[in-house]
Amino acid sequence: MDFLVFQYPMITLQACLDGILLGVLFALIAYGMALQWGVMNIINIAQGDLVILGGYIAYFMYLYGIHPAWGVIVAPVIMYFVGIAIYKLVINKVVDRDLFISILATFGISILFMQLMNFAFGADVVLANSGYGTTMLFDNNVVLPNSKIFSAFISILFAICLVIYMKKSKLGRAIRATAQNARAAKILGVDTEKVYAATFGINAALCGVAGALISITFTIHPYMGLPYTIRSFMIVIVAGLGNLPGVAMSGMGLGVFEEFADYILGTEFRIGSVFLLLVLILVYRRFKLSRKREYLK
Amino acid sequence: MNKNFILYAAILIFGLAAPFLFPAFKVQLSILCVLIVLATTWNIQGGEMGYNSFGNILFYGLGMYLCASVQVGMFFPLAEWTESGGEKTFVHTPTQFFQGMAVGLVVAAVVPTIVAGLIGYSILGLRGHYFAICTLGLGVAAGEISGGIEIIGAGQGFTTPPFPNVGSLEARGEFFYFLSFFTLVLTFIAVRSIYSTRFKLILNAIRDNEDKAEAMGIETMKYKIIGWMISAFFCGLAGGIMGGLVGYIDSTDVAFDGREMGVFMVLMAILGGKGTLWGPIIGATIFHIFKEGFWTFFLGWQYVALGVLIVVIVIYFPEGIMGWLREKYPERFGEVVDEKDRKAQVELK
Repeated sequence: MDFLVFQYPMITLQACLDGILLGVLFALIAYGMALQWGVMNIINIAQGDLVILGGYIAYFMYLYGIHPAWGVIVAPVIMYFVGIAIYKLVINKVVDRDLFISILATFGISILFMQLMNFAFGADVVLANSGYGTTMLFDNNVVLPNSKIFSAFISILFAICLVIYMKKSKLGRAIRATAQNARAAKILGVDTEKVYAATFGINAALCGVAGALISITFTIHPYMGLPYTIRSFMIVIVAGLGNLPGVAMSGMGLGVFEEFADYILGTEFRIGSVFLLLVLILVYRRFKLSRKREYLK
Repeated sequence: MNKNFILYAAILIFGLAAPFLFPAFKVQLSILCVLIVLATTWNIQGGEMGYNSFGNILFYGLGMYLCASVQVGMFFPLAEWTESGGEKTFVHTPTQFFQGMAVGLVVAAVVPTIVAGLIGYSILGLRGHYFAICTLGLGVAAGEISGGIEIIGAGQGFTTPPFPNVGSLEARGEFFYFLSFFTLVLTFIAVRSIYSTRFKLILNAIRDNEDKAEAMGIETMKYKIIGWMISAFFCGLAGGIMGGLVGYIDSTDVAFDGREMGVFMVLMAILGGKGTLWGPIIGATIFHIFKEGFWTFFLGWQYVALGVLIVVIVIYFPEGIMGWLREKYPERFGEVVDEKDRKAQVELK
């Protein structure tokens, strides 16, 4: 799309900046996905619905007159316990089983959450207004809402805190040990059941943060969860498990891709292009891997 | 053999008489037939081949749109039809309707098969959960994209041609019932004959260990694609019938309804028992009765119930009804059980 890049540099810049700020949020969700995938070997289809639920927490605070930015602190606390509850009720029964079972079970949770949210909060598209105003750059040609900058900043902050926590704390060490070898960790006295529960809780808390930020910067809707799941899945498979800079970079890349798809194809194809990109990435990956196999011959 | 023959004859007679015995449930029975077709064909690659796909909804929706588009496009300009929406400016004569339906169903079955063949080589190379998520993405992407295409109605949907005024008022229900029942019989015969050949053994070998199957000299990719194409053929056909039956096609709520129909077919097959001939049929029947009962009595809570149902079935009942029966009465399934072996297993437990 060179005509766009050269003729309208401001639109290109706008799309890139929007995409990067959005991508940081995706990366945060994807980090949670990578965490549970790496530790428990589970792909959580309900990831996106946890995000949306976190968003509704912030939205409700906004409705009751509390500034939605506080949701960034409240949502993860509530979501942590929601995550633990989901783990105790469902996930701990599918951890060691076939991956497809976990996909289907979390798909069920996803449908359940979607409908419960639809009942509880209604099917309207909502937005928690933070009243942060906008920043104008380059002679007012590039408009950046301050809420987006705020959300990107907060997500980076949370990601850094989590990385440090993972490196330094006892629980973080236990989680990493379980991810490497659950059996060996068990032998050495790690309570893997507890570690799994904590991992799922942390993942849900991350989703809560991301959701609260999304409700401030974008809109939320009960049925919007699945695209977030797919985005985080895509980021994880592109970056690989346990590759944090990769997750950040591919998250931003995905954000930029989406903004451009939005400008070029139109908003109605935005979600479609995300899902199509997933299929293309998986197919590309399959051919790349099969080439590797042929080398071995 | 003789016993089976009586069973099949009884089912066939019941199926043919059903619309006259339960005239109020004709539409429900037609939907049941379509659901059984979907579950049975999902089972070909989901149960027998071990490739758990969420994406068969792609062929179903494709068949639905193709059948309706051909039916309209053969006689009238398609763009004007969809633009006029609910207010009909064109009316099909009975001959036009049935001709269009016949050609539409052929197209609806053939094109998804070709599509499955074309994308099969890339998609079926994926393994396990990558395959599952990829097909999930494929189904949703198809829904989102078809929701943006103007000529097939985009977001406002596509009204299929109304049934022409022939004979009695009951004709519409009976026509669609017999159409779907005929498709069901066709599917059953096809699947049953497939399952009695070497092809089924190859599919099972792929499910059990694909690398070993390949090492044994089976061209796994070829058979995987063929298996998926068979699924796609019947899914497309079922979609075409369902489009006519519902009378209205919406991209994400009716045609490419990955959240509903796409999960239903997986769930029905698992409920009945993956990898068996009768499992999906039993599963679909029970599921449909349960679903309709719930839909009627707990209106509004149906999806909540569905979510709970999925979780419960998957966690506590992953073997399905046939799997449970098989464990309970292995002799009936032609399995020879060593008494010592069984005792040892009981002791182990």
